[in-house]
Amino acid sequence: MNIHEYQAKALFADFGIPVTKGLPARSPDEFKAALAELPDGPVVVKSQIHAGGRGKGTFKSGYKGGVKVCKDQGEALDAAKNMLGNVLVTHQTGEAGRKVKTVYFNEPCDIAKEYYLAILLDRATSRPIIIASTEGGVEIEKVAEETPEKITRVTIDPASGLQPFHKRKIAYGLGFTEKEDLKQLDVLLTGLYRLYWEKDASLAEINPLVKTADGRIIALDAKVGFDENALFRHPDIRALRDLDEEDPKEVEASKHGLSYIALDGNIACLVNGAGLAMATMDIIKHFGGNPANFLDVGGGASEEAVTEAFRIILSDKQVEGILVNIFGGIMSCQRIAKGIIAAAKTVSIDVPLVVRLEGNEVEEGKKLLSESGLAITAADSLKDAAEKVVKRVEQAREG
Amino acid sequence: MAVLVGKDTRVVGQGITGTFGSLHANRNIEYGTNYVAAVTPGKGGQRFEDKVPIFNTVREAVEKEGANASVIFVPPPFAADSILEAIDSGIELIVCITEGIPVRDMALVKDALVKSNTRLIGPNCPGIMTPGECNIGIMPGYIAMPGKVGVVSRSGTLTYEAMYQLTQLGHGQSTCIGIGGDPINGTSHTDAIRLFNEDPATEAIIMIGEIGGSAEEEAAAYIKEHVNKPVAAFIAGTTAPPGRRMGHAGAIVSGGSGGADAKIKALKDAGIAVAPTPSDIAETLLSVYKG
Repeated sequence: MNIHEYQAKALFADFGIPVTKGLPARSPDEFKAALAELPDGPVVVKSQIHAGGRGKGTFKSGYKGGVKVCKDQGEALDAAKNMLGNVLVTHQTGEAGRKVKTVYFNEPCDIAKEYYLAILLDRATSRPIIIASTEGGVEIEKVAEETPEKITRVTIDPASGLQPFHKRKIAYGLGFTEKEDLKQLDVLLTGLYRLYWEKDASLAEINPLVKTADGRIIALDAKVGFDENALFRHPDIRALRDLDEEDPKEVEASKHGLSYIALDGNIACLVNGAGLAMATMDIIKHFGGNPANFLDVGGGASEEAVTEAFRIILSDKQVEGILVNIFGGIMSCQRIAKGIIAAAKTVSIDVPLVVRLEGNEVEEGKKLLSESGLAITAADSLKDAAEKVVKRVEQAREG
Repeated sequence: MAVLVGKDTRVVGQGITGTFGSLHANRNIEYGTNYVAAVTPGKGGQRFEDKVPIFNTVREAVEKEGANASVIFVPPPFAADSILEAIDSGIELIVCITEGIPVRDMALVKDALVKSNTRLIGPNCPGIMTPGECNIGIMPGYIAMPGKVGVVSRSGTLTYEAMYQLTQLGHGQSTCIGIGGDPINGTSHTDAIRLFNEDPATEAIIMIGEIGGSAEEEAAAYIKEHVNKPVAAFIAGTTAPPGRRMGHAGAIVSGGSGGADAKIKALKDAGIAVAPTPSDIAETLLSVYKG
């Protein structure tokens, strides 16, 4: 789960990580109140969306730049009005863009040098890793590819946690030698690691981390993501979730225990198991079709959840065919069959439907479907199913 | 016996008195798996299905019933604690079915595992089965048959797909291991392949991977260096968009790494036969292994 920059900055402040003074505002009325809290002079205005590349983004209104450095409060007010309520398109949002619902006013600072700092899980060692770079304000993947020598990596033993030597390694790796700098970095790293560990973050990233002309080390940006499996023990973090930043179909699916991701193809699929769901998308593509979604109904989906899955699939108007692929280990084929039949009664399935059932209670499931009178194409194997659905969609197109 | 589990495996079920756990423990028992104990704190002294003794702690199950393997069906907030208890009790093999354990908990479990002699399979996995001898977890028994092909996979249902294809073509399996779809797991592809390579009862290997991490690349390097048995592989997620978590917590292409194409290339470079579709996994193996 991701959160907005202004929320992440508030968490940073709670954990003793230095940030510039900033205030979020959600309406023109709040703009003036927020600006009144900042000193007179220049203001940085930042659009709050869950995507990177905001500074170089363009609004659908034609207004350029999701992040603006304004020379005074009047200019900041204008910039904020141009951002709020408008859709910002960046290289990370895709063409649809994201609507800006919150604007974040920040006190500017005089930057002497930019750095990069992040903590995440290192899958190779199963340990937290701190990644730091002397190149800040650019994408870390690019630095890793072009100038890997500028990156310092330190993995942390989760049982003993962050130690002073870890912090020294990072500080020296970033080129800091002055006592005052080391002290500031010590406090900052301690706070960032505590935040990452105690709040079950999946990523805590500062890009850029800056040293100001007057010698302060500050987090200028903040990106924090959380392990969704750990939200049960963090009601404060769960409360920061912004459903408007997520695909409404994906949100609806998750309420029913379904894992759904919309794609841009025309053949929908409904599968049990994440690996098989991915493989089903792959085989649709292999036979010349284009998957419209990823959908894992999981092992314990109810009849109702299957019906809901059909509703979600069919709400995508690009869908021209459906492939149901079930290999029942936990899942009963009978339950899937009942779900399909129930779905057909409430949502009209007006596109070709190919069903492949295998595993637990497969005979009962097949019997229910064949006796249902529904126009279902049965398939014997995954390959057979994929070939059939691609062919049926082509036939339907040709009329 | 093939690898890790067989006729001598004495299973203690942690959390098998719940609905989900009891359903699958019963299926495992019907299959012939030897469940010698159950552990549910607070139910010590009772019996599971009027037969299997229930204890309050894993330690008692080990001392009184000689349990040497544990299966965990405990809900995610408490599952890491159950794994740590099993490690502390000296259990040799832990199979954790639970999906949704926080990464932070698993980081600590991994640390404890490294400092112990215990092997963990999973979490977020379908379990492990040596057909005809022992089935621990949620794999349907009828799709398997005893034989000489070792199967290892991150995905449950794709494991079934491969096992069933083999069985239909008349080729049995030595052991099938579901290592799970989480970013931190107890047993990696490489670990499983090393076991199969050293197992005289295993003649050929199927490895099923998916996007995310670099475990498949590491396994490819290991196979190239050490394995002379025929190996076939399949990688799921060629069509998965980057930056999106595809169901499994560990299935994500991030920062340009973990993509399917790089994994397939690494496997092919290591001389491994890669199945073009999930329907061809067994046939792909049989193109390099005559049985």
